[in-house]
Amino acid sequence: MSTIRARNNPQPDIPKGRWWRRWGEETFAAYLFLIPSLVIFVAFTFFPAIYSIVVSLFRWNMPMKPVFIGFENYTYLFTDAIEAPIFWKSILNTFYFALGVPINLFLSLLIALLLNRKMRGVGIFRTAFFLPTITSVTAISVVWLWLFHPAQYGLFNTILIQLGIPLQRWLRDPLLAMPCLIMMGVWSGMGYNIIIFLAGLQSIPRMFYEAAQIDGANRISLFRYITWPLLGPTIFYILTIGTINSLKAFTEIDVMTQGGPLNATNTMAYYLYQNAFQFFQMGKASAIAVLLFIMLIVLTWIQFRYVDRRVFYE
Amino acid sequence: MNSVIMARSGTNRRQGSIWPRLQQILYDALWYIIVVALALVVMLPFIWMIVTSLKGQTEVFAYPPTWIPQQFHWQNYLEVWRQAPFARYFLNSTIVALAVTIGQLTSCILAAFAFARMNFKGKNTMFLVFLSTTMISTQVTLVPSYLIMKTFDWIDHYPALIVPFLANAFGVFMIRQSFRTIPRELEEAAKLDGCGRFRFLVQILLPLCKPILASQALFAFMGNWNSYLWPLVVTNRDEMRTLQIGLRYFVSGEGGTQWGVYMAAALLVSLPVIFIYFFVQKSFVESMASTGLKDI
Repeated sequence: MSTIRARNNPQPDIPKGRWWRRWGEETFAAYLFLIPSLVIFVAFTFFPAIYSIVVSLFRWNMPMKPVFIGFENYTYLFTDAIEAPIFWKSILNTFYFALGVPINLFLSLLIALLLNRKMRGVGIFRTAFFLPTITSVTAISVVWLWLFHPAQYGLFNTILIQLGIPLQRWLRDPLLAMPCLIMMGVWSGMGYNIIIFLAGLQSIPRMFYEAAQIDGANRISLFRYITWPLLGPTIFYILTIGTINSLKAFTEIDVMTQGGPLNATNTMAYYLYQNAFQFFQMGKASAIAVLLFIMLIVLTWIQFRYVDRRVFYE
Repeated sequence: MNSVIMARSGTNRRQGSIWPRLQQILYDALWYIIVVALALVVMLPFIWMIVTSLKGQTEVFAYPPTWIPQQFHWQNYLEVWRQAPFARYFLNSTIVALAVTIGQLTSCILAAFAFARMNFKGKNTMFLVFLSTTMISTQVTLVPSYLIMKTFDWIDHYPALIVPFLANAFGVFMIRQSFRTIPRELEEAAKLDGCGRFRFLVQILLPLCKPILASQALFAFMGNWNSYLWPLVVTNRDEMRTLQIGLRYFVSGEGGTQWGVYMAAALLVSLPVIFIYFFVQKSFVESMASTGLKDI
């Protein structure tokens, strides 16, 4: 009897007295278990996050000493005659790059619907679609750099020649560079979305479909009235996580275009890096980091607020 | 129109289920054609990488390009090691990824145990603290973290590549989830037999949760092996670079024309993770589906 009560009651008997005695041995032990993680989080996550806000209030051009300037970095970014156009462009580019997310969603849903059936060899196809996701983005970017080679022996240009379309300069063309990056991003991100969609599709009970089929529903209405609404949380999850990841995109930009040509692929994340490690303007870079941080927090909050993560655990 | 339907139902009645079966076969054939075509399109960059990596310098620039190399130029793979210190990059990446995997797994297991099996003051607050770290990404803390590394004088040293990644909230949540599935009775029985908390964790809980630990380990390894931004920032000397950074400088250096060698290098860099993936496909995919992360 007493064991049962103990099990239902999380803290059966709290001894009275000073706080360390009240907290008891278990609390003390628990914090011992948490300390390794906590130390790392405080030193390399929380402290830098706050420090980032502090640095953003200083003019700090690297070899020189930091000077407190209040919000001048922010006003400078948004209003300076030379600076503002580049920064605004980087914001626009960040959203432009995020256009890959809905495209990716659409294509991977189509493929997931195709792969969601028991056929011989379906596992091989799933692996094929998943391979780009696990390959390092650096290696992938190097391969696509070669595919997008502006000469006639670049594979995409060879295909264009076969189709009778003139050669393109791809990544070196300010208009085409971003679509190229989006195309590569869609290709490499699809595998992950397909896995999530397949998990979502398989969690829909078969009896819904069977009942609807008995009522004479066709394939399109099955999708419209069963699959689509029940995939709602999955779709929302993929959209938010995808947007978060696209705001953070850095590797492919650094390997393939370095933000060029003419800042056509310079996103906030890349501009932050450029300011910090090429122009050595730590204050300005931190101001960009704070703005990016706010955008990421809003997105993450939306995701936590509206997506039931348990959907993917089960 | 009517007669067609009549005729069809007529044959159906007489010859059993030939027509629906034929329809099914046609459907299946169409399915295979579409899926194979799509898979080929998706694999095209990989195929092209492998093909190019086997071509000699003149054939790389030949037009029209060949799909099967006229002469298999295996030397490209040797050139990779000869032209840049890729052996050193491999060593660096392996040391860093292994150290991070072991360290991160240890800290995650400890924290997960506290959250899953213990009652303590401030548990909910601590949980929120852990949760909030998932919102703060490398990009946001890049500048201050770099400044911290400079004060510690860790730039171009292994600790800079390892220490910041020794904790991971996602890992804690995943392992905690798995710890919670083990019945409490087991712990009580162990306690009655005089088994302490730590010994229970190491000798009973961990062996029972092997699959999730394996996938978390792989996940940590892969994330670290493929990471780019942070190693780029904290390494300057060539001999401290990891594979990804080494590859980037290898390709962008000297005007960049040896595409055969570059493709061989890209393949070598991505091979270890692909190799591991084929061994543990299932738990790999599951862990990815549940954490929602691709890299650190």
